[in-house]
Amino acid sequence: MSPIDLALANILSPMVLFFALGLAAALARSDLTVPEQVAKFLALYLMMSIGFKGGVEVAKTGLTARMVWVMVAGGALSLFIPVLAYGILRRISKLSAIDSAAIAAHYGSISVVTFVAGTQAVAALGLPYEGYMVALAAVMETPAIVSALLLAHRGAVRDGADVSSQESTSALMKEIALNASVVILVGSFIIGWITGPSGLARIAPFIVDPFFGILCLFLLDMGLVAGRGMREGLKHLSWPVLAFGFVMPLISAVIATVVAWPLGLSLGGTALFITLAASASYIAVPAAMRLALPEARPSIYLTLSLGVTFPFNLTIGIPLYLALAALVAAR
Amino acid sequence: MQTHPKKRLELIIEAPALNRLLDILDKQEVSGYTVMPVLAGRGRQGRWSRDGLVGMAGQMLMVVCVTSDHRVPALLEAVSKFLARQIGIVAISDVEVIRTEHF
Repeated sequence: MSPIDLALANILSPMVLFFALGLAAALARSDLTVPEQVAKFLALYLMMSIGFKGGVEVAKTGLTARMVWVMVAGGALSLFIPVLAYGILRRISKLSAIDSAAIAAHYGSISVVTFVAGTQAVAALGLPYEGYMVALAAVMETPAIVSALLLAHRGAVRDGADVSSQESTSALMKEIALNASVVILVGSFIIGWITGPSGLARIAPFIVDPFFGILCLFLLDMGLVAGRGMREGLKHLSWPVLAFGFVMPLISAVIATVVAWPLGLSLGGTALFITLAASASYIAVPAAMRLALPEARPSIYLTLSLGVTFPFNLTIGIPLYLALAALVAAR
Repeated sequence: MQTHPKKRLELIIEAPALNRLLDILDKQEVSGYTVMPVLAGRGRQGRWSRDGLVGMAGQMLMVVCVTSDHRVPALLEAVSKFLARQIGIVAISDVEVIRTEHF
């Protein structure tokens, strides 16, 4: 399949079309909404399902040295990408060190929803992937915060700003590591690992069969959220910052492709590795930034990650990452 | 019926800051507090609404506690130190309670 065929197949999939419906409805100021508690349930269901299935795959294959290397590589990427993102933002925009560092943290961390969408794009092509990619998503969530806080302090000292905080980095990392999506994802992964294929067979009617329909409904809600973010937030973004929202995932994807090369992952696994590196957080990191860098403006970092990068990754990014993965994945 | 004078603290804060604020209230030995969600409002940075938020960032909460006069100075100092860099509103008012031993 050529990259264009991949892109077309992805854009015309029910999940992306439902996302587009939500986006269009929000931009047109429709009163369509998904109740907050329903959206929370949908998110919990998706994390539980994807985590459990990942654990079952690991139960089949067992622990491998490659798994450890993949975790190390993912953690290192999460530490390094913020440094690069920060440097780019400081050169192309007039954003302060604190705003730049807060944005950088989002791009170093990951979006679980983009990851889930990636797994479905990979599955739609009949490509298997390593079950432990779920654990990688959890590993890549927090290191970016550490990099970003160091960058913010260094940059703020240079700018003469005060960012002395009572927040301890370890407390913040603990909070992110224990946020709901990580706990349900990793917890379900472990349960799937323990119970294996027989456990999956018992709950498959609940966690396998309805998965795709529920993902569509969830992405409809995400489209609504992203659309509202775009409607109200885009005015806060200058052109260079807006361009950053499209270009940074591509830069991260290229770096992740190079890093993935020697890891020997399958095509599906490589595509997910790249997707994770290219995604930007919009749930865990914004909350952490409100505590650690409250001077940073959410109207910029949240709009950029949720209103620009998330829709880009969902529609165009994932097929591109699949095409990149095809260049380096193990045959 | 006899009533007793107390102070009521009303704090509107960002949701991610809640646990830290509650820790401060616990350390100051406030006898109780109530946390309430708030729906929408307008502040120095314009209007905000709970609708359509995907995480805790951007959500606001209200914490109300009633306490004795003598606890207020230390409590305010700790709270204002914490909120120095956060978005937040702190209001104090005089109230009357029926059961003084609860505060």
